[in-house]
Amino acid sequence: MPLAIGRLRRHWPVVLLAMLLVVGLVAPLAGGAATSGFFLEVLLGGLMAGVLYSLVALGFVLIYKASGVFNFAQGAMVLFAALATARLAEQFPLPLAVVMALGLMIGFAWLVERLVLRPLVNQSAATLLMATLGISIFLEGFGQAVWGNDIYRIDLGLPKDPMIVGARLFDGGILISREDLVAASVVAALVLALSLFFQKTATGRALRAVADDHLAAQSIGIPLNRIWVIVWSVAGFVALVAGLVWGSKLGVQFSLSQVALKALPVAILGGLTSIPGAIVGGLIVGVGEKFADVFLGQALARWFNLEGGGIEQWFAYVLVLAFLLVRPEGLFGERHIDRV
Amino acid sequence: MLYRENGQFKTTYSADQQLMPIAQDRWLMIALVASSFLAVPLLASDYALRALIIPFLILTIAAIGLNILVGYCGQISLGSAGFMGVGAYVAFNLTLRVPQLDFLVVLLLSGGSAALIGIGFGIPSLRIKGLYLAVATLAAQFFLDWVFARIRWFTADSSSGSVSTNPIEMLGWTVERPVDKYLLVLGVVCLLTLAAKNLTRSYIGRAWMATRDMDVAAEVIGVRPLTAKLSAFAVSSFYAGVAGALWGFVYLGSWEPAAFGVSMSLNVLFMIIIGGLGSMVGSFFGAAFLVVLPLLLNQIPGMVGIDLSTAMKSHMESMIFGGLIVLFLAIEPHGLARLWAIGKEKLRIWPFPH
Amino acid sequence: MNTTMPNWSDWIAAAACAAALTAIAAAEDAAAAKEQFIPLLVYRTGPYAPNGTPWADGKQDYLKLINARDGGVNGVKLTYEECETEYKTDRGVECYERLKGKGPTGAALFDPQSTGITFALTERAPVDKIPLITVGYGRSESQDGDVFMWNFPLLGTYWTAADVLMQHIAKKEGGFDKLKGKKIALVFHDSPFGKEPIPMLEEGARLHGFELIKIPVTPPGVEQKSVWLQVRQQRPDYVLLWGWGVMNSTALKEAQATAFPRDHMLGVWWSGAEPDVKDVGEGAKGYSALTIQYGAGVSNVQKDILKYVYDKGQGTGPREEVGTVLYNRGLLIQMLSVEAVRRAQEHFGKGKPMTGEQVRWGLENLALDQKRLDALGFGEMLKPVHTSCSDHVGASYARIQTWDGSHWVPGDLYEANQQIITPMAHSAADAYATSKKITPRTPQDCRG
Repeated sequence: MPLAIGRLRRHWPVVLLAMLLVVGLVAPLAGGAATSGFFLEVLLGGLMAGVLYSLVALGFVLIYKASGVFNFAQGAMVLFAALATARLAEQFPLPLAVVMALGLMIGFAWLVERLVLRPLVNQSAATLLMATLGISIFLEGFGQAVWGNDIYRIDLGLPKDPMIVGARLFDGGILISREDLVAASVVAALVLALSLFFQKTATGRALRAVADDHLAAQSIGIPLNRIWVIVWSVAGFVALVAGLVWGSKLGVQFSLSQVALKALPVAILGGLTSIPGAIVGGLIVGVGEKFADVFLGQALARWFNLEGGGIEQWFAYVLVLAFLLVRPEGLFGERHIDRV
Repeated sequence: MLYRENGQFKTTYSADQQLMPIAQDRWLMIALVASSFLAVPLLASDYALRALIIPFLILTIAAIGLNILVGYCGQISLGSAGFMGVGAYVAFNLTLRVPQLDFLVVLLLSGGSAALIGIGFGIPSLRIKGLYLAVATLAAQFFLDWVFARIRWFTADSSSGSVSTNPIEMLGWTVERPVDKYLLVLGVVCLLTLAAKNLTRSYIGRAWMATRDMDVAAEVIGVRPLTAKLSAFAVSSFYAGVAGALWGFVYLGSWEPAAFGVSMSLNVLFMIIIGGLGSMVGSFFGAAFLVVLPLLLNQIPGMVGIDLSTAMKSHMESMIFGGLIVLFLAIEPHGLARLWAIGKEKLRIWPFPH
Repeated sequence: MNTTMPNWSDWIAAAACAAALTAIAAAEDAAAAKEQFIPLLVYRTGPYAPNGTPWADGKQDYLKLINARDGGVNGVKLTYEECETEYKTDRGVECYERLKGKGPTGAALFDPQSTGITFALTERAPVDKIPLITVGYGRSESQDGDVFMWNFPLLGTYWTAADVLMQHIAKKEGGFDKLKGKKIALVFHDSPFGKEPIPMLEEGARLHGFELIKIPVTPPGVEQKSVWLQVRQQRPDYVLLWGWGVMNSTALKEAQATAFPRDHMLGVWWSGAEPDVKDVGEGAKGYSALTIQYGAGVSNVQKDILKYVYDKGQGTGPREEVGTVLYNRGLLIQMLSVEAVRRAQEHFGKGKPMTGEQVRWGLENLALDQKRLDALGFGEMLKPVHTSCSDHVGASYARIQTWDGSHWVPGDLYEANQQIITPMAHSAADAYATSKKITPRTPQDCRG
């Protein structure tokens, strides 16, 4: 018993956070969520939205893991891949369009390595971050210049109408979006594939070696430049999948790149070097966001006589901030040791 | 030959420590300031003043502020536009609810309130470092966006959430013509630049730079991280607040919450990266780059005779801007200020090559 | 040794060049004297581009038509220049400053295509003496011309739109008394544009007894899951969609994903165009939206445009765009602008380019009767428009149109109830006048 209390006292930030989470989940139930059915709906909706965010966040994680660069251009890559697919699909059958878009992303990865990463090798993290911001602006302009500004359609054949389950147990039933379910399974498959890639293949091992210590990796003969091209290509592939999923859900247009602003806190929450972290981070942010907007936002509007909530955007960031105060490297991030 | 310090001997410590020890620098600066105050109002057109010079000067203030935080103290901040918004809305509310206040006092108060908010949002920097801190500042940005869009008190219960300002009353003088506005902004810029330059040369500036270079070592030798980091946030937000108030009152005249969104934050960050992190003159260069480039890109195709649609011009602007950022970072990661410094170095030994 | 000093042949060449340039400049000046400059503030990039582009195309095509078919307005050719604002206020202000002085008499009038930019320009327009034409958007209280001398929200404001929507709901329910106890949710773009109708709707809620639920959408509105979760929780009877750009199609997709009946969704006239529903297709079937009197369709003026502009390869956008909802609205806006110039010319001198002040007079004295509208090719599209000093709206009709999965089907025409709206506008305008220390005009000031 004293041992347990001692442990609790040492890890008091984690304990506090866990307690806040429990309160946060229970309060809506107690405070008047119409039925627990709606509560489950918000929970499920949040989980699925979170999974979609983690799909974009995976791109951030992959590139940061292998080259230490925070890729601000991930949103623009998602947009570019989606635009390419949507527009090529107008001329060619969809599978072929996807393959062509993948080819474009690989070409893009090669160009980035050649024109941006190689000249800027060894620069500070801030410089590389700014370089990716520059790439992001360039890509947004280029994508729209080539493919256009309208809203384009990606038709993956996913069912758009929701299904309602448990209509007998809960009043009105629980609404589950079939499209989101398919998307969630796609993400699960992708994560599985990536894990297998990293664990079982030689290239995957080389990538992990580079992520660990790229000087040591270079010294045993791993070609750094080629590895970076491969990493950016894989991130491009992830961006393509994200573009397909988000694009079929929302339509492909310039504002698709704003999804990256939602995925950024997810990647950081999970710890920028951990793939499972991106998934867990996504789930936490997704659920937290939806709960906050639906329950807390409406409560705020009622108490302060505001015109509705709309707190989703900043709540995600504040939530991640709260987590970071407890664990400054993110949930699964590597602990950073400063040597003087 | 022209730029040497030959024969310029200093006989007192204060002469040695002055801002511009080289006499040519002093003359150049005097000439620059004099021409800015006297020649530019006479020669520049109204359009140039309103659309080029005034936004350039106001953005310089914001850039100096962010440079102090990111360039001198090493804390990444993506929320500077949120603090600009704080300054703008506080200034709006003060001029509306306490109309007797002189505009200079309003500016000081709006800067001060932005500084307080900045300290509040800067507290996470004591625990979170580097890129992860960007999240905290983005949280500030989006939260402030929401506050100004949602809480009606700030927009004086305007049904649309849009605010509009009355002409500025300052020291008995109504600032309405572009020339008046220009002189007001120029005066503020001169004062604030001088203050910033002196701050960075003082103890607190050295504390900032020590924190940037190696914050653990700095703490070991006695630099208090709390004081250093929070003072950087405070000063930076003060500058952002003043810039925001001027942006709203002098440049826009009427704005809605989207005017101080995350794209403005990213723009200010671009300015200091392109201009040069940790350099005062770099903030000027970066701001000029950002204000002039879109207009140049807009006009040049027409002048050269290529007819582009406005959409294509806008896309070309994005592409060239993004490309230039990458190019600059590849050629000179320390920005335009470093190029300027190299130029001055070369000038010192001119006409000899070394 | 070499030709470092210019010799006499150089001087002659230089003189010839100078003469040629002067001649060209003089010739340009002479030609420029009979031109009317119309600035075009547009956004063809960014999240609002899908809706901004057809609008901009319609505006430009109409100017091309007037030049090609009629040779300009009484011989004065119409020149124009587009400036990209990206729907941002600071870019809009910069475009305004750059274009306001172009042309022999300056810009005729500005259509900012954005409520946010309108707010900023409302401060500048009286100083520069250039009118703003804000058809169906802008400040709702600017319909009161006594205070807002330079703003012209012709054909409708957000308050007339909100009023018509309430009328339509009442009609569907069987009368205004049936509205009592109902829930109406407003899903709005969190910007001045989206918040404008709230006072009118709150007034309606007070009068008719329904509950107004306000759900804001953070711009650009690309992610709306929590918005529609709230809709599902509140179970409103009707959802009013007040969005622009991508927000509209996303809202319809999310409505489909949360099984909210689309035939209980009503959109304002900025949420009812092809880009908003095309890629939702069948999923948006039953969704209704307002139009400013006319929605999609090819009437006489569009036929003229196809003949005089597109057949000659001068069309601004793709040919299929002619006759779409927002394209037609661009035509309407530009027609009103050109007719204002024409009316000004009738008063101040035919065949001369007009200044901003003169065009303002033209806008304030528009008298487009059915005969004139037929002659212009807008007979099917518009009811007669008459503006006056105090009334800067001119006509406040709106038609409901419904999406049937592939086309917009026009429905009933309503007229906004100015008995409620005009007093509200008047008091809001007076409040603005007090805060800005403007003296409202009296009827005596209006003559001439």
